[in-house]
Amino acid sequence: MDVLIVDDSAAIRKILQRVLRQAEVPLGEVFEAGDGVEALATLKSHSTVGLILSDINMPNMDGIQFLTAVRAMSEWASVPIVMITTEGSQNKVMEAVQLGASGYVRKPFTADQIKEKLTGLI
Amino acid sequence: MIPDHDHLVKIVRDAANGVFSTMLAVDLEQGDAYMDTASPPAGDGILSFIGLAGSWVGTGSVSCTAACACKISSQFLMAEYTSVNEDVLDAIAEITNMVIGNVKTLLEEDLGPMGLSIPTVIFGRNFASRTVGTFEWTVVPFSFEGERIVIQICLAPQKEAIRPKPNVNVHEPAVN
Repeated sequence: MDVLIVDDSAAIRKILQRVLRQAEVPLGEVFEAGDGVEALATLKSHSTVGLILSDINMPNMDGIQFLTAVRAMSEWASVPIVMITTEGSQNKVMEAVQLGASGYVRKPFTADQIKEKLTGLI
Repeated sequence: MIPDHDHLVKIVRDAANGVFSTMLAVDLEQGDAYMDTASPPAGDGILSFIGLAGSWVGTGSVSCTAACACKISSQFLMAEYTSVNEDVLDAIAEITNMVIGNVKTLLEEDLGPMGLSIPTVIFGRNFASRTVGTFEWTVVPFSFEGERIVIQICLAPQKEAIRPKPNVNVHEPAVN
């Protein structure tokens, strides 16, 4: 499965790749983007992406704006999008879920938490 | 509720311990916390800071030596770092984001919704920092493998924070 990881931190993008491997997710190609703008461009050129992990607080286009934009495109309406973020306020969680997030994981996270969240999504 | 020093110290310790134990699998040793009117310490090494905004505003920072930053990054990214590079700066920025972000989440229970800026990291020698306004910092030191890590938070109601006293604080650029 091709995965898109969206986070302005290169450190977190590396860690998530490692966690996905630990979680035994059948990984194909892993694409990385530093913000929502880059992520949308990646989706336009890679229609094989089957899972998106996205931060919320990012420059240029944040995770909520990115989520909204993705869900507005019919071809991406059902792709699982898991928000992985430091943002822990209940309002943000509710907003993300209402906009179509498939799951929500707060940083700091363990590999088991990511694995558990992905169970049933992929 | 206005966050007092002891409450803020507990929040910072909970957030830092949570991040380091979960993401680095290490336990931090706690140092004695105190109040200080000075901005994060000048000197050599790394200073990472992030802004908080809402009905209360302020800054949170993480500072440590370059050697400590390399140790943290090696544990965080599971790779060997012996000198500060882009990976180390990014790792410390993300640690700051997670620690102060979790502090923010805990503070929101008392202070209402708050926003978090993108972290900024400074690495160099003999640099100093100043925060505009007359803030009191809650300083919470930790020890990680014999190295000192200092996490600081300053907070003030928004109306006070936007009226800095003149001639008190002047921003000094970093000198490398």
